Amino acid sequence: MAFKLDAKIPAGALDQKWSNHKAAIKVVSPANKRKLDIIIIGTGLGGASAAASLGELGYNVKVFCIQDSPRRAHSIAAQGGINAAKNYQNDNDSVYRLFYDTIKGGDYRAREANVYRMAEVSNLIIDQCVAQGVPFAREYGGLLANRSFGGAQVSRTFYARGQTGQQLLLGAYSALNKEVANGSVKTYPRHEMLDIVIENGEAKGIIARNLINGQIERFGAHAVVLATGGYGNVFFLSTNAMASNGSAMMQCYRKGAGIANPCFTQIHPTCIPVHGTQQSKLTLMSESLRNDGRIWVPKKLEDVKAIRAGKLQPSDIKEEDRDYYLERRYPAFGNLVPRDVASRAAKERCDAGFGVNETGLAVYLDFKTAIARLGKEVIKKRYGNLFDMYEEITNVSPYEQPMQIFPAVHYTMGGIWVDYNLMTTIPGLYAIGECNFSDHGANRLGASALMQGLADGYFVLPYTIGDYLSHKIQAPKVDTTTKAFDDAEKAVKAKIEKLMSIKGQQSVDDIHKKLGHIMWENVGMARTKESLNKAIVEIQALRKEFWKDVKVVGRENDFNVELEKALRLADFLELGELIARDALNREESCGGHFRVEHQTEESEAKRDDENFVYAAVWEYKGEDQVPELTKEPLNFEFVHPAQRNYKD
Amino acid sequence: MNFTLKIWRQKDAKSKGEFKTYKVENISADTSFLEMLDILNNDLIHKNEEPVAFDHDCREGICGMCSLHIDGLAHGPGQAATTCQIYMRKFKDGATITIEPWRSAAFPVIKDLVVDRSAYDKILQAGGYTSVRTGSVPDAHCMPVSQADAEESMDAAACIGCGACAATCKNGSAMLFVAARVSSLAKLPQGRVEGARRAKAMVAKMDALGFGNCTNTGACQSECPKSISIAHIARLNREFLAAKLED
Repeated sequence: MAFKLDAKIPAGALDQKWSNHKAAIKVVSPANKRKLDIIIIGTGLGGASAAASLGELGYNVKVFCIQDSPRRAHSIAAQGGINAAKNYQNDNDSVYRLFYDTIKGGDYRAREANVYRMAEVSNLIIDQCVAQGVPFAREYGGLLANRSFGGAQVSRTFYARGQTGQQLLLGAYSALNKEVANGSVKTYPRHEMLDIVIENGEAKGIIARNLINGQIERFGAHAVVLATGGYGNVFFLSTNAMASNGSAMMQCYRKGAGIANPCFTQIHPTCIPVHGTQQSKLTLMSESLRNDGRIWVPKKLEDVKAIRAGKLQPSDIKEEDRDYYLERRYPAFGNLVPRDVASRAAKERCDAGFGVNETGLAVYLDFKTAIARLGKEVIKKRYGNLFDMYEEITNVSPYEQPMQIFPAVHYTMGGIWVDYNLMTTIPGLYAIGECNFSDHGANRLGASALMQGLADGYFVLPYTIGDYLSHKIQAPKVDTTTKAFDDAEKAVKAKIEKLMSIKGQQSVDDIHKKLGHIMWENVGMARTKESLNKAIVEIQALRKEFWKDVKVVGRENDFNVELEKALRLADFLELGELIARDALNREESCGGHFRVEHQTEESEAKRDDENFVYAAVWEYKGEDQVPELTKEPLNFEFVHPAQRNYKD
Repeated sequence: MNFTLKIWRQKDAKSKGEFKTYKVENISADTSFLEMLDILNNDLIHKNEEPVAFDHDCREGICGMCSLHIDGLAHGPGQAATTCQIYMRKFKDGATITIEPWRSAAFPVIKDLVVDRSAYDKILQAGGYTSVRTGSVPDAHCMPVSQADAEESMDAAACIGCGACAATCKNGSAMLFVAARVSSLAKLPQGRVEGARRAKAMVAKMDALGFGNCTNTGACQSECPKSISIAHIARLNREFLAAKLED
């Protein structure tokens, strides 16, 4: 039975939809809020802001994270900034322009109504964060400063040095702490969700593992909110934190939540290149560097050879012998084209043999021009911590020589399907932030992830969840001794027991690296029908290998990192196949999804608006079964999809 | 490069721990310290031994999860870097490296190199926030903040809550951590409103949780991976005294 998807997009003009919707949905009275329990999984920008805001409203909130403190969620690592349509620069920015840039940046594969709402609440986010004491960068007059990011021709990005994500998360975390002190929120650090519990078709709670002692615990609530971030670690090497995973999403998928557009993964253009086979993590260099850095490779192959042989330094290459290929190909946006475009352009040059390191998989990001124009001190003030980080890792100073960069997996636009209320296909189960699919289409613009997480958590979910909970005011506390909880707990324990009993020959990382290799080679920046079919077969085989040959040492009732990793990898092995299937189905190129068969003569992505203006929503059909596809058509009422043009 | 590692192994909070010696070989100089431990752990797993438990996550020096005492130094050799940002080129080939968990009574060991830092969350819950509700805030530009104040606030706000300051302090004091939050908010008009209450509540909580007092040795500042200055401790002291005088 296919999904009957109702996105619940309100009627009316684009700028009236959210107001109309808020007026139409129900609210819960303060006395009744006290009787209602909400579980939130994850404490990044989405989870922490939602937990704080829902606690303030009077709900009983339980919030879970796998780290030792809510403050360490991966939002903390976001560097560059957060977008808002304040128009403080007087450069003709507006809510509509932010909406339009986001829709266009996403290559016309996101819902208009959701994106407009995000742009609409963006200004409130800045107000909120300032009131929390987030030390945004300021101008001499004491007012907030802005910088530019890819895919926009206005300057609308607010920032706190190169640590914007950290500062915004500490703001949300401080609001969360305030509510913990008030008694409305209880935190469960070092707890990992291992299953969702569904009763009478509705989300009723979770099964979680206490990561300190391995105990399996039950928690009930009137609604469950996933704020679990992205699944980029399916590629093994990514810029995501080591423990970031897609397991909560997969648990819900197996219980009836649809996953939409999983193939929309973002490869970020400016990461530090891979240095060997022992690497476990890739490091991002913020997109903000493209404000002042210029990307190039040598024009002549002999220069490339000389550089690789160590006979020439990049600074020895004369200006006229450098190919500033983004400026050449995209004069209007230059180095500030969106991420998907910049990543593919780097791959194109490297495929043509112009990669500048030993592996041929690196291009230059050069600050020579900016240092000459602005002086070293100004550059140091803007990017000092990033330059230091680069030097620490590579032993090369970006003040002297250009940085070497290469694209790496960074963000996942796809995720759990949600309606306009951010509710999944399971009633009572919500998904916010990166783990849902709703706002970025096929490519996310820089500085918009933080915007979405906080928009959902502070200003959307606290309104929309009331509409569902207003029907639950008579419902008693959820009983966690029912058969549904028994069954879920039994299944979780059985899975753990099975993993522990395999006692095979390969460590979790051994198999995860194999999965990452399959994904990067076949489901990475350039995808073909052949590569995707190959990936599906290989992942299926690897999944069998995993369940026969994985070795998980230690005990289950203990602090056991290997067991945690094995549980996550088991889910990645299913998710990887789903991503490949989605990519195979989408016979077009759009945003971060590039099908080699579908490109223009100038090697640009070729969208197919005749056949693919829809969100592909996948439904679980059982173990090793082919999932069923349901399409949610995307209706563009207000903007007309056009070939993205960043050239003029 | 080859190394001999002396690593603290402790089964759980209740058990007694001990140092165990391991060898790692053929490590590239460009390998990060934690990648070196990944390599060791993978070897241990293949030998059916339990891998060394250690905290880590972002591996970009910002989440504050990693927390190792390396050769007696919090976050190891090198200035202004977390454990995850240390690279093996910092060590001599053939060196013996001693790896311990944070040593602080307020951070009990959970297993091996993993400690419980929930005391830091509790201190912040005592007052490390502004009491503003979502939505009930004025326009961002209604309160200009001088660039100097914003920068100083940001210097303090860079704290990642890793615990190196308390772990390094001979008194086990969390003053630098508390000062970073108090000072960051004290430099902004938004934070001033509750300044007195915040300083008193956070210091009281710190004391109650068993952290020691500050004797201005400055060890915290030199081990802080974010180079947070003890000048913020001076500001905390001033905030605290002023608040007490008002009582």
